[in-house]
Amino acid sequence: MTRILPRKDVVIVGLGWTGAILANELTDQGLDVLAIERGPWRDTATDFNIGYAQDELRYSVRRDLFLQPVVETMTMRNDPSQKALPMRDFGSFLPGNGVGGAGVHWNGHTWRFWDSDFKTKTNLASRYGAARIADLQVEDWGVTGAEMEPYYDQFEYLAGISGKAGNIKGQLQQGGNPFEDARARDYPNPPMEMTYAPAMFAEAGRSMGLHPFPTPSANMSRSYTNPLGITLGQCTFCGFCERFGCANYSKSSAQTTILPVLMRKANFEVRTNSEVLHVDLHADGKSARGVTYVDSSGEEYFQPADLVLLCAYGLHNVRLMMLSRIGRIYDPNTGEGTVGRNYCYQTNAGTQVFFDDKNFNPFIAAGALGQTIDDYNGDAFDHGPLDFVGGSGINCIPTNGRPIGTRPTLPGTPKWGSAWKKATVQGYKSTLSFSAQGSSYATRNNYLDLDPTYKDRFGRPLMRMTFDFPDNDIRMSNYLSDRMEDIAKALGGKQYSVARLKKGWNSVPYQSTHNTGGAIMGTDPKRSAVNTFLQSWDVPNIFVIGASAFPQNAGKNPTGTVGALAFRAADAIRNHYLRNPGAPLVQA
Amino acid sequence: MRALRITLAFCALTLALGPALGADQADQIIRGGDQAVLGDCAGCHTQPGGRPLAGGLQLETPFGALIPPNITPDRDTGIGNWSEADFRSMMRTGIGHEGVRLYPAMPYPAYTRMTDQDISDLWAYLTTVEPVSNKVEANQLPFPFNIRLSMAGWNMLNFSEGAFTPDASKSAQWNRGAYIVQGPGHCGTCHTPKSILGADKDSQFLQGASLQGWFAPDITGNAQSGLGKWSQDDLVKYLRTGVNAHSIASGPMAEAVENSTSKMTDADLTAIAVYLKSLGPGGDNAQPAKPDQARMVTGEAIYRDNCSACHGGDGAGAGALFPALTGNAIVAQGNPETLARLVLAGSQAVHTDHAPTTPSMPSLAWRLQDQEIADVLTYVRNSWGNAAPAVSSGDIAAVRKELTQ
Repeated sequence: MTRILPRKDVVIVGLGWTGAILANELTDQGLDVLAIERGPWRDTATDFNIGYAQDELRYSVRRDLFLQPVVETMTMRNDPSQKALPMRDFGSFLPGNGVGGAGVHWNGHTWRFWDSDFKTKTNLASRYGAARIADLQVEDWGVTGAEMEPYYDQFEYLAGISGKAGNIKGQLQQGGNPFEDARARDYPNPPMEMTYAPAMFAEAGRSMGLHPFPTPSANMSRSYTNPLGITLGQCTFCGFCERFGCANYSKSSAQTTILPVLMRKANFEVRTNSEVLHVDLHADGKSARGVTYVDSSGEEYFQPADLVLLCAYGLHNVRLMMLSRIGRIYDPNTGEGTVGRNYCYQTNAGTQVFFDDKNFNPFIAAGALGQTIDDYNGDAFDHGPLDFVGGSGINCIPTNGRPIGTRPTLPGTPKWGSAWKKATVQGYKSTLSFSAQGSSYATRNNYLDLDPTYKDRFGRPLMRMTFDFPDNDIRMSNYLSDRMEDIAKALGGKQYSVARLKKGWNSVPYQSTHNTGGAIMGTDPKRSAVNTFLQSWDVPNIFVIGASAFPQNAGKNPTGTVGALAFRAADAIRNHYLRNPGAPLVQA
Repeated sequence: MRALRITLAFCALTLALGPALGADQADQIIRGGDQAVLGDCAGCHTQPGGRPLAGGLQLETPFGALIPPNITPDRDTGIGNWSEADFRSMMRTGIGHEGVRLYPAMPYPAYTRMTDQDISDLWAYLTTVEPVSNKVEANQLPFPFNIRLSMAGWNMLNFSEGAFTPDASKSAQWNRGAYIVQGPGHCGTCHTPKSILGADKDSQFLQGASLQGWFAPDITGNAQSGLGKWSQDDLVKYLRTGVNAHSIASGPMAEAVENSTSKMTDADLTAIAVYLKSLGPGGDNAQPAKPDQARMVTGEAIYRDNCSACHGGDGAGAGALFPALTGNAIVAQGNPETLARLVLAGSQAVHTDHAPTTPSMPSLAWRLQDQEIADVLTYVRNSWGNAAPAVSSGDIAAVRKELTQ
């Protein structure tokens, strides 16, 4: 028996970064907004209490803040010929759960993608010829870097990003990233003070003619009051960002930048511990009439709404679309259907340099406190003589020195026993790590759909993820490993080890929670699920907001772009959609 | 819907064309609304998130519990069948409709100072509030305090009726400030120590008092425990926003700021500040005895581990987010009750439009023992230029017990 609730103007599925941004913007517009959040309410003083927020066992090892597979998991395989099996535990990536979403426990790397990233397909084809990308299914986003700039700016000022501009209105800025697109103004806060390891990494990079710069960080370099009047505190370098909530109000999240204002509004409500089962469509399938959700007691509700915004984690947005029959599920055999198309990830490889005489004090750290080299990222370098497209940021961001997880040892060290113990004592203080975070380009056979076999606790099919690193991306990553080796040599040290990525994505060891695509944006409804304002082509009173909209992933963390896309969608809804609700903003 | 709109428009037109009295009444109602802000009626008579003035949360007094009644114009459960004369009598003497005697938790000993005009305006406003049917049994007191007639004797002993008398030697601004503080603003209701009968000790006016598990600090000009180090602007900023360089309002003062002072005019806030700054240091400025050095060392270690990440190694805090512990009157009160409460239970800061962050002090009751809290508070109260009496583990235990009851 489903209880029918009073209508709302807007229902938002998920109250993380994008849900909170949209809710705040649309309540400012005077709309009556309800957010439905699967996980619990979370607040700094009670949930990230300074006395236990830094509990590595609870939050990092046992992943207390994350989505548990019993609530929702998915099946995985490397290619369509295999039978997919359910992930019994999340490993390679760790989706968030609860108010604030994964924005609660991120590190805070806050990037802008470049104009060349937004025009991946046309740019690569014109520069290197269409044959170079024949094996790939890359797409243009349908927006330009210049169009995205004001929305990046909005997100960076909301979140108080600490950084150094490299290009203000076309003028290159000393100490910033020379490869970035022009921005209207500098970051709201100066870069964080560098610790020893990234300072040394930057010096080595400069000595090689590379262009290191401070990683743009959502850890506050100083106390900051954002445009909503909400104040964040200066980061204390405690080194408990990723996998943890910040106890010091120093890391931007919905909690520290939006919710104190949003929660006070009479026209906003959040229902926590409530899971949306599907979006309900009218009989013609062309407009949504609300959502059906279930609360923690198992009671089922129908919540009518004029506008439905999917603001869950990107993967969950895609699954909700599939379960709700919004659009058509992608079929790799025919290339038809758009929902589930162009699932991408991130292509990473790490390097460690071992010293005898250095003490990096790794416990003095913050999630985004470090230096980046973008000389080999995106299309910043000429791929003409190379056998791949794409690239990586090379990042020296020693995010933490937590005692359980930080145990660097020389290659060849035994994995346990007294020799291992001795090696970890030596390695803890004197190891410098950096890594290449690479682009992930779409292929025909990397995609998401519904699993034919496995179901969740409500009897709904699990989502099936079919993914392996494309050959292009492996070649890219190995090229970057060579470049990292160059830097490792320049750093000195007695020994180094550089990882080389191989085929066969493994869902067990942690790699990256940067899952993108599946409901990609674009200008052609045959090849994209949403238009360039993230409005569903098929059901125009649904917007699907998140990294699900990325046609492919760049060699950068996605959150900055996710935040900018959220502001862009909000702008389109406020200033265009509401003038003629229910109508498509772009004619197919 | 369209018909309704036309009717409303017609009514508005009639009102606009009505006699001058209509406009006067409208002005009076607006002024009365301002009086309701000055008097913070909502602070007690509205539940958080509840219907305005339809009855409040239970108040704990040393004599037992009282529930602030429904003061909407509902005839059955509010004050809809009161006359203005009833209301005036209640505000002036504590004797309301049909001769019922109020307990002085209703601050009539302060409201008695209000002018006839202000009381009349407030009444005019209250008659326009939306009537809400909500029956409140105000008197939850145990015998013998539940006998309202006993308040006749209380009034005889403790209460003097009478309007505020301006001091002709002072400025109009000072007098306005004094009037608000002593009259409608009823600051002394929390900030003035009480006798064993619960009456204000007038000789210790605004020198700080314990109520509802909080210690309302000294707000005289005392440089150590009071507002001696605050400038007039500091005071105005605090009352308007709840936050200044010295302190962030939380607990009952957060309610007073949210419902009352943040909504006052700048002229009234400045007048209050002028008056409070003119008050001499109440009590004495004697330096307390230096605490035991061993406890200071222990306290410092506990401070570094538990407090310094937010409040800073030097107690300087961080602006609107983490209050400074140096020169903070809450830290320097003789009575450490509020401090103990903040460490044990935590507290959320005030919310105003100017200060929306609402940062929270987390509860550390589960983490620190009474002696550890006593040591760290003793350290905080005697570091960075602070000087206040040492805190004993018994002080902490008493608050812990109260909080767990």
